[in-house]
This record gives sequence, structure tokens and C-alpha cells, in this order.
Amino acid sequence: MSIDESTAARVAKLARIKVEPEALPALAQEFNTILGFIEQLGEVDIEGVEPMTSVTPQNLTRRADVVADGDQQAAILKNAPDAREGFFAVPKVVE
Amino acid sequence: MTDLNKLGLAEARDALRKGDTTSVELTTACLKAIEGAGALNAFVHQTPELALERAAAADARLKGSEEAPAMCGLPIGIKDLFCTKGVASQAASRILDGFKPEYESTVTQNLADAGAVMLGKLNMDEFAMGSSNETSAYGNAINPWRRKGEETPLTPGGSSGGSAAAVAADLCLAATGTDTGGSIRQPAAFTGTVGIKPTYGRCSRWGVVAFASSLDQAGPMTKSVRDAAIMLEAMASYDSKDSTSANLAVPNFEAALTGDMRGKKIGIPREYRMDGMPAEIAKLWEDGTAMLKDAGAEIVDISLPHTKYALPAYYVIAPAEASSNLARYDGVRYGQRATLDAGDGITEMYEKTRAEGFGPEVQRRVMVGTYVLSAGFYDAYYNRARRVRTLIKKDFDDVFAAGVDCILTPATPSAAFGLGEMTDADPIKMYLNDVFTVTVNLAGLPGITVPTGVDAQGLPLGLQLIGRPWEEGELLSSAYALERSAGFVAKPDKWW
Repeated sequence: MSIDESTAARVAKLARIKVEPEALPALAQEFNTILGFIEQLGEVDIEGVEPMTSVTPQNLTRRADVVADGDQQAAILKNAPDAREGFFAVPKVVE
Repeated sequence: MTDLNKLGLAEARDALRKGDTTSVELTTACLKAIEGAGALNAFVHQTPELALERAAAADARLKGSEEAPAMCGLPIGIKDLFCTKGVASQAASRILDGFKPEYESTVTQNLADAGAVMLGKLNMDEFAMGSSNETSAYGNAINPWRRKGEETPLTPGGSSGGSAAAVAADLCLAATGTDTGGSIRQPAAFTGTVGIKPTYGRCSRWGVVAFASSLDQAGPMTKSVRDAAIMLEAMASYDSKDSTSANLAVPNFEAALTGDMRGKKIGIPREYRMDGMPAEIAKLWEDGTAMLKDAGAEIVDISLPHTKYALPAYYVIAPAEASSNLARYDGVRYGQRATLDAGDGITEMYEKTRAEGFGPEVQRRVMVGTYVLSAGFYDAYYNRARRVRTLIKKDFDDVFAAGVDCILTPATPSAAFGLGEMTDADPIKMYLNDVFTVTVNLAGLPGITVPTGVDAQGLPLGLQLIGRPWEEGELLSSAYALERSAGFVAKPDKWW
């Protein structure tokens, strides 16, 4: 499995990280080094083995279906880079 | 009393009880040590006013009650990964520059409730991704230790590098760390300090900036095993705000420190004897084994057959979880947003913000994680790694079922290396630092590193003990026996 520049560009797009075209060859090379290392996992016999979902044998607990928190608009917006009139502001998404 | 900052938690606690000193005096001594230690770049946000305020409150509390908790009045440092209300908490990342949480992490709240005094926030690798503290937006933290006769700046390890450097240099009595693949234990080993990663679920993850949620655990970094026991007890709790927090009582860990090894079975895993292991590390391990044997333990050879696959499994699972967790840094709700050009839409805002805000190692891991989770590769990489993880945990389950109480291994493949020495190496070389520690996170077990010797250049080296799940008391007691036998007392010469 070898990653080419177009795959690297696709992964960067999926991750929403801007990568300049001239940086793509080096990025693809790094991916290949790391994935080459990960390939060892192919040697392991995993027939009949369940993927781990929880490292400690526990069930997630449920709580009562009630409002437990809220009414903190100011606190929630406090750290926003751009907050206006009680909302998070972002560039226009609909024409 | 002089040099109050050099005390450990237990000594300072006892001095406070006897009235030999006050929390304000202890705190002032630490603040002064921090002021003179800018060269170490360990404390990156200092909170002296808050610290003195809390110290005065602790003194009042100590005067009024015999029953004040052990941590009351003790000045500590907090890793920048913990959200602390009204105090900068940016996970050593540019993307969280300026972020001041409106809430407090459960662990730091527990410490504050116990009366501990926060001195400030400590340097680390960006989002805890790194083994040398070199990925930090604050710049490198520097190890107070140097090779004999040299001035080469060394790494304090990572990701909890600032915590390790601060404790080793006596800038605080102890510090919090977090450990996803070895981030408490490796820096502790590199600085001659003690670090414990408890069982997954022992300390709440709520309010700790998430890296890989199924692996992350907080723990203490201290000057002794006794101090680790005291501080872990204060940090741990059941927390309904963390769905993986264990609803178990927190034992009195200090009371468990008997150091009695009689009847205990210590396993020595043959797979940890890696090809090319330096002779010094092999000898350290043999010496540690002999110490536990002399203390009365039975030594048994054990096998953990899937050890070799732990690191590759980790470098699928951790980046996968990171790519998901770090999706929240989008320039909308907190932290930094990139300056946009006219006509840029929301996609450009995301892409530019994340390209500017994340450093190269974080970008690399987010993208690797994105790749292994993407359609067509999810089964081949992510699901396969999770199945291998099941086998790694089973290796440990089998050994514990056979009656082994603790497992002894080296903590790191080498002593602290020079800053920049790994810069040109490929990322895998840096990842190998975690080879002895990462299995413990994958299996959710408690692990502790204890300094037991120095190398030919005078740098500290540590050994790791791995315990059964929820048996931190037993583990700490074995570590206490090892600490007593090793008698490690070396400290770095002050050059900063």
C-alpha cells in the first residue's frame, strides 16, 4: 500500500487542513513511512478476535433523562473568536 | 527551614502539621525557584497571586482543623492539558492561544478541594503528542540534568516534559501529568522522578484536553513513591461527567506502602529484551530484579507474546481517536481563527485555521488518523488494530491469572537524549521511545516508573512496574520496595 500525492491531498482535505501543493510529496513520503510501520499488524492472526470497545469490562451507565445543565450562553460564547448577538459567527455558508 | 521548595509532599505535609512552616512560606519558596528557572521553560503560565491566595486559605484551614486533607497547602504545578477556570489552558498549541476555560477539570478541582496550591501551568508537547517536549508552541522545556562535563541541552521527555523538569528542579513539590502512551512514565524516567499512570478510569478525564480518549489517563509526577501515593489519592474519584470513570472507592494508597515483597510474584517479560538493548539498560533491569528478589519476591520469567505489535497498534488507534477528538478545533467556538481572504468560505476558514493552529506532528497524526478511519481502510487498519489490542490485553490477563502480581521492565530504551538529536530522524524513531510503556495504555493497566540508577554520563535511568487493574496500592508498595533498595538520591547540579 503506497500513498501518492493525490491520496495525500485527499486525506488533507478530509482532515480540513490546508496543505500547499509543494508540501504534498514530503507528506506522502511521511505517510508511507508510518503506514509501512503499521503494516506489521498484518502478521498477527486475528481470526475470531473481537475488536476492543472498552479496556475495562464495564457498561456505560445511564442517567435520568432530565435537563442537567444549561443556561450558560455567556460562558459558552466567552472564548469564541467571533460571537455576535448571542451566536457564533462564521463566514457565509448559504448564498 | 531552608530550601522549602526541595521538600517532597510527605515531608512538607508533616512540616505543616508540626507548625514548622506555612503554606505561604512553601509557596513563596516555589515561586522564587520558578522565577529563577526561566532557562528550563517549564512553567509557561504562572499564577502567583492565585497561588498565594490559595496558600493563605490553606493555612487558615490547617489552623482550624486536624482533619485537613494531606494535600492541603502543598504547592504543585499543573500540566497545560488540564482546563483550569480563568487560567490559560492551551495544551501547548497555537490553536488554543488565549483560551481561558469557564470551567475546571475534575482532577484539578479535586486537588483544589483538598487544599493543594496551583503555582501555574506546565509545558508539554502539543496536545500531548510527542516524547521530547519539542512539539510545544511554547518552545522546548529543558531537562535540569546534563551529561557529566557537558552543557548540551537535553530533553526532559514528553509529553509531560514541563512537569518532569519542574519536579526534578524543585520548582514545585509535585505536578500533574497525563499519559496516553508513556507521557508520565518516560519523562519521569528521564528526570530521576517518580510517575504513575493509574488504571484507565481511576482519574476522571473530564476537563482534560482529549488526545486519545480510550488511552488517556492523568496521574501524579513526584519526588518519591510515597508522594505519588498521596497525590494519586487526591486526584482520583468517580465522576459522572466522565462516562468511563470507574465507580469504585479510592483506597488509602499511602497506607498500602508496606514495601513487603514476601510472597509476591514478579514477572520478567522476555519480549521486552529488545534486540540492541544498551548494556546499561539491561544491567539496570537485572539489578532491579535482584533488588526485588532480595526483598523477598519470587521472580518468574513470563511471556507477553504480542508485545511487538503494541507500538504499531498504538499508532493506528491513537491517531484515529485524535483525528476525531481534534475535529472540534475549527476556529468557531474557542481559540484561534485564521485571518481570511475576501471570498473565503467556511471550508477555507477550517482549513486555514487548522493549518496555522496545529504544529507539524499534530497535523501528521490527525491526517494519519483520518486515513485509517476513511472508507475502505477502516477494517484493514483501525479494526485490525483494535483486534490486536484485544490480544495485547489478553497477554496481560493470562499472566495475572497465572498468579503474577507485578511485572518489571525498563522504562525507556535510553537515558534522556539531546534536544534536536531526533529532529532529522523519521517519526518512527521518536515513537520507539514508548516501546516499553505503550502496552500498559493499550491494556488499561496501572504502571509506575521509579529512578533506580544513573548511566555512565551521570543521567538518571528508571524501571517500570506494571500492576493488575485497580491494584495501584499493591503496585505502589512494590515500587516503594524498589525505591528503598535502589536508594536513588542523585539530584541535578543547578546550572540554571
